[in-house]
Amino acid sequence: MSVAAQPAAASSKVLGDLYARNAKSVMWRGYTATKTNTYLVIVSGFFEPVFYLLSMGIGLGALVGTVATTTGQEVPYAAFIAPALLAVSAMNGAVYDSTWNVFFKMNYAKLYEGMLATSLGPLDVALGEISLALARGALYAAGFMAVMQALGLNLAWSAILALPAVVLIAFGFAAVGMAITSYLKTFQQMDWINFFMLPMFLFSATFYPITVYPEPIQWIVQALPLWHGVELVRGLTTGALSTALLGHALYYVVMIAVGLVVTTRRLRHVFLD
Amino acid sequence: MPQPVIRASNLVKKYKDFAAVGGIDFEIAPGESFGFLGPNGAGKSTTMRMIGAVSTRTGGELEILGLDPDKYGPEVRSQLGVVPQQDNLDVDLRVRDNLIVYGRYFGLPTRTIAPRADELLGFAQLSDRAKARVEDLSGGMKRRLTIARALINDPKILLLDEPTTGLDPQARHILWDRLFRLKEQGTTLVLTTHYMDEAEQLCDRLVVVDKGSIMAEGSPADLIRRFSSREVLEVRFGGGRNEEVASQLGGIGDRHEVLPDRILVYSQDGEAELSRIHQLGLKPITSLVRRSSLEDVFLRLTGRSLIE
Repeated sequence: MSVAAQPAAASSKVLGDLYARNAKSVMWRGYTATKTNTYLVIVSGFFEPVFYLLSMGIGLGALVGTVATTTGQEVPYAAFIAPALLAVSAMNGAVYDSTWNVFFKMNYAKLYEGMLATSLGPLDVALGEISLALARGALYAAGFMAVMQALGLNLAWSAILALPAVVLIAFGFAAVGMAITSYLKTFQQMDWINFFMLPMFLFSATFYPITVYPEPIQWIVQALPLWHGVELVRGLTTGALSTALLGHALYYVVMIAVGLVVTTRRLRHVFLD
Repeated sequence: MPQPVIRASNLVKKYKDFAAVGGIDFEIAPGESFGFLGPNGAGKSTTMRMIGAVSTRTGGELEILGLDPDKYGPEVRSQLGVVPQQDNLDVDLRVRDNLIVYGRYFGLPTRTIAPRADELLGFAQLSDRAKARVEDLSGGMKRRLTIARALINDPKILLLDEPTTGLDPQARHILWDRLFRLKEQGTTLVLTTHYMDEAEQLCDRLVVVDKGSIMAEGSPADLIRRFSSREVLEVRFGGGRNEEVASQLGGIGDRHEVLPDRILVYSQDGEAELSRIHQLGLKPITSLVRRSSLEDVFLRLTGRSLIE
């Protein structure tokens, strides 16, 4: 066969066989699958944080009164926990989509095996799956923010920026979640993810200021990703804008980068050995 | 032979120290139907994965449509149709959507895929199931849908890994008929199988593989002629007596093989050998005269059965 048959364009592609610029076909698959199956799962994801907000924010809030944010601003208890719940729901949705869903598709449905037998590359699969999780997360976030607005819990104009912030948070968790999942082989290992998530949800300055902890504990909490998400969203909805918010956002940018690199490598290793 | 569409020379795949494929050579011509016949673990699927550009080789040369699959994975894969050993249909999608969505993975526009999907559903005899859920299909239907899906990008080569394993006889025959039509239309078929009847039905040419090596190559009739006799007489004596009786069969047939449950006598005329056995005063419990098959070729080449 002649050498001239080699396509010239292929050798100049930066990402080589990792990316075919067709992540949208993977998203479209997810959209079609969702449309084919029940909407119920989608709806339940919206109500969970709303129930938390009503029971704790309104109920418990009547006993608590006001709470001081990181910048010292006194806000009603409901306005204190609402942004945290928003960050938590972004985390939960992204982690569920990128761990349990991905685990099943990788190991049981053999979905990725089929995708990677086509001209798709592993980065198309990773980006497509994660983008879909983000679209869903953004939908929940928009719904929840509407509830916050109705209850008067958005205290500043910057609250609108919480929406892209939530997508950023979800992106970070989804990228890292998918990377971790690609290493896991059994359902028992998957349980470790829940084991890590629940305490993070409860102790990341979600329901009370971080200052209640002794300093060493504060360091641990500040090292974990959810605290950065909670602080970022809370800063935006309460209007406590500072450069610290940029630091929190950067934390997620790093998560996204590391997560995508590891996920792409792993998918390549597992399916294109 | 015209320019080959697939060419492998000294192709090797190692997993740590284990050589799944240990240096094989073959060429496949356009429009040819080529088979890898061998038992489980012979290295057939590994070879198929390398041809399918989803597994990189450890050594040797491999060219698919003139391209190195290790360097041009997406380009090679865009010209292939793949039917994996285990169905990996998208169970979250309906039957027709499986074809549409798969076509989009190749970056094809819906207006190209939609008419093709309907045509392929007709080919797979699934037109009336277009809106059905995948899990409601029978095993044979799922397999046909997998083949239809593999054709959605109008591939130059169709790779089939054990296409009828696990199907009932009727479903197998329907599937063979469909594959035979593709072959008639000039599609290059590359398949692996451990069923000799499948290899005989579908392959113009095949290689017999065992433990990662090619033992022989040729058309099914050619292989049978070279490595077996015209007919085979199968006799059973039962109760572990086969070994003992076999020692008394010297001079009967060209040669014989003793299997745990029966003795195979290779000969040009099976009936004549059977009457000679009766003349020796031996009384087999059952006896059967049949034509030689690829199973016999395999047994001759490796000393083992295809299905163990």
